[in-house]
Amino acid sequence: MKRFHPVYLFLVVPYAAWAWVPFYNRLEPSLLGVPFFYWWQIAGIFLTALCILPVYLHQEGRRK
Amino acid sequence: MSSTVIVFLVLFLFVALLGLFGSRWRAGDLSQLHEWGLGGRSFGTIITWFLLGGDLYTAYTFIAVPALMFGAGAGGFFAVPYAALMYPLLFLAFPRLWSVANVHGYVTAADFVRGRFGHRGLALAIAVTGLVAVMPYIALQLVGMQVVIAALGLDYAVHLPLLGTVSAPLIAAFAVLAAFTYTSGLRGTALIAVVKDILVYITVLAAIIIIPAKLGGYGAVFAAVPPKQLLLPPTPPGSLGAGFGYITLALGSLLALFLYPHSVTGLLSSSSRHVIRRNAMVLPAYSVALALIALLGYMALASGVKAMPEYAAGFKSFGNNFAVPALFLHMFPGWFAGLAFAAIAIGALMPASIMAIACGNLFTRNIFKEFLSPDCTPQAEARVAKLVAFIAKLGALFFVLELQTAYAIQLQLLGGIWICQTVPAVLLALYVRLDPRALLAGWATGVGLGTWMVMQLGFKSSTYPLHIFGLTVPCYAAVSALLANLLVSWILTIMLRVTTSTPQIAMNAARAVILSNPICVSRNCLRAVRKARTIKIPKTRKPISPVSARSSRYKLWASPVHPSGKFNKPPMRPRRFPKPVPNTGE
Repeated sequence: MKRFHPVYLFLVVPYAAWAWVPFYNRLEPSLLGVPFFYWWQIAGIFLTALCILPVYLHQEGRRK
Repeated sequence: MSSTVIVFLVLFLFVALLGLFGSRWRAGDLSQLHEWGLGGRSFGTIITWFLLGGDLYTAYTFIAVPALMFGAGAGGFFAVPYAALMYPLLFLAFPRLWSVANVHGYVTAADFVRGRFGHRGLALAIAVTGLVAVMPYIALQLVGMQVVIAALGLDYAVHLPLLGTVSAPLIAAFAVLAAFTYTSGLRGTALIAVVKDILVYITVLAAIIIIPAKLGGYGAVFAAVPPKQLLLPPTPPGSLGAGFGYITLALGSLLALFLYPHSVTGLLSSSSRHVIRRNAMVLPAYSVALALIALLGYMALASGVKAMPEYAAGFKSFGNNFAVPALFLHMFPGWFAGLAFAAIAIGALMPASIMAIACGNLFTRNIFKEFLSPDCTPQAEARVAKLVAFIAKLGALFFVLELQTAYAIQLQLLGGIWICQTVPAVLLALYVRLDPRALLAGWATGVGLGTWMVMQLGFKSSTYPLHIFGLTVPCYAAVSALLANLLVSWILTIMLRVTTSTPQIAMNAARAVILSNPICVSRNCLRAVRKARTIKIPKTRKPISPVSARSSRYKLWASPVHPSGKFNKPPMRPRRFPKPVPNTGE
């Protein structure tokens, strides 16, 4: 087994953001008229992409 | 002819020509299966981005997801967590699959299973699951096409022998699809994907700016949605509530997505594992587009197209699926609606083409070559694949024309559940090697259970409420069936290992590692080889004949190299790279 590097924990973050549905199943606080339920999940997409980035950079560093 | 139809036809014709001449782009020897069916494994980051994007977000998605929001509300937004959470998984697991497939020349997921486990039955099960799941998907693409044709008012009927009265534009679109898939394979499809995605992005950008501006801003759009639809229903006591169904639906769908044959085809056509890793980072751009497209359902609600008499006929024949076309017709100037419809129609053609190619690859590699004609030439392989791709499309067309669309939707629902049952044998197998017989039993359990649950629900929904100790757990059937599948596979593997002798286990492990698993060639392999060397191989009383090998316990021992030598073939294609891709340390 290769040793586990803590940077991989970033990949768990998006799943955690979506795991507890009652947390984001609400209307307030709304953003520009968009209820929380919707803007939270759209923001989650950007969060996902941002969480993959550090792991990618880590692997690129190892590759060289 | 209105400007809508002219713009649509011009774009469609352009794409058809692009597809037909696509074979000249990065030309390869199209009589080879991996050249025709995987584009020669040559696509870089950008083309793969377009190809996968076009592959995963199909025309049916663009029509059905907003339709779900339009009809049912917040529940339809599950597409967003689904489309976002698949990328960490793609990033972590699928570069491994690519590396194995590249070293061994695998073209399908079932090829991988065949090599990893050396079990023909399991590989056949995986191949058949893929074929059965992807066929209704092709049919649904044609349904998406039908909706667009109806919205354009192009629905000219013709009488054909055998088929009866059918829609002429649909037949024309089918002919275009069949022709460019046959001549250009995945190359033509990849070119079309670029055009399609550019059109989709233009449409989405225009839609999210122009339509809310006309309706009075996003606040007004959400205010027009009935408050009950805006959120998931609150959790009643004694139940995990609709939220659990929502998130398991997203989870089950994302596990299944990359195991669909067309996604595997898209992934394996990339030129290196790093292309997949980079794409996992940049593909979420499509998820943002998907979220905005989902909101089109609410914009359709706010604009009140359902009550307008000019769209009544469309809603009558296609139900909520007509919401987005009606919105475009109502909100956009004529020529731009034509562009938007072209985006959807091309978005139906292109995934349908990859799906048909994937069907061809699967049938040829895992059924035709494995069982029917083991020593066919590469040329014959490619010919059969092209033929099967054509038959698959013809089947889908027949399905759409002669049977009810409802059957295709139900089968697609089941298909997602079935594909999810291949997770232990394909996705998990990248990390853990369970016993193939146990996996086969688990697969059968999962498929059976999943089908039963959906039948209990009358094919209306796929969220089956489980009752565990008085707690109601509404769970996507694919996820609960997958849990049963994993449980059976794991327990049976442990039982089989206990009953198998230690030298056999060591030999199995060593053979599996050396012969079919270059992922962990480094330390694990050396350890296994060292272990195998110190163990005496049990003597046989007489040389193993193929018959006794097939029936006796040596079958397990001898896998994945068949003792008769009949099924041991040299690697199917020369490696692109002189040496195996080094372990980069994920």
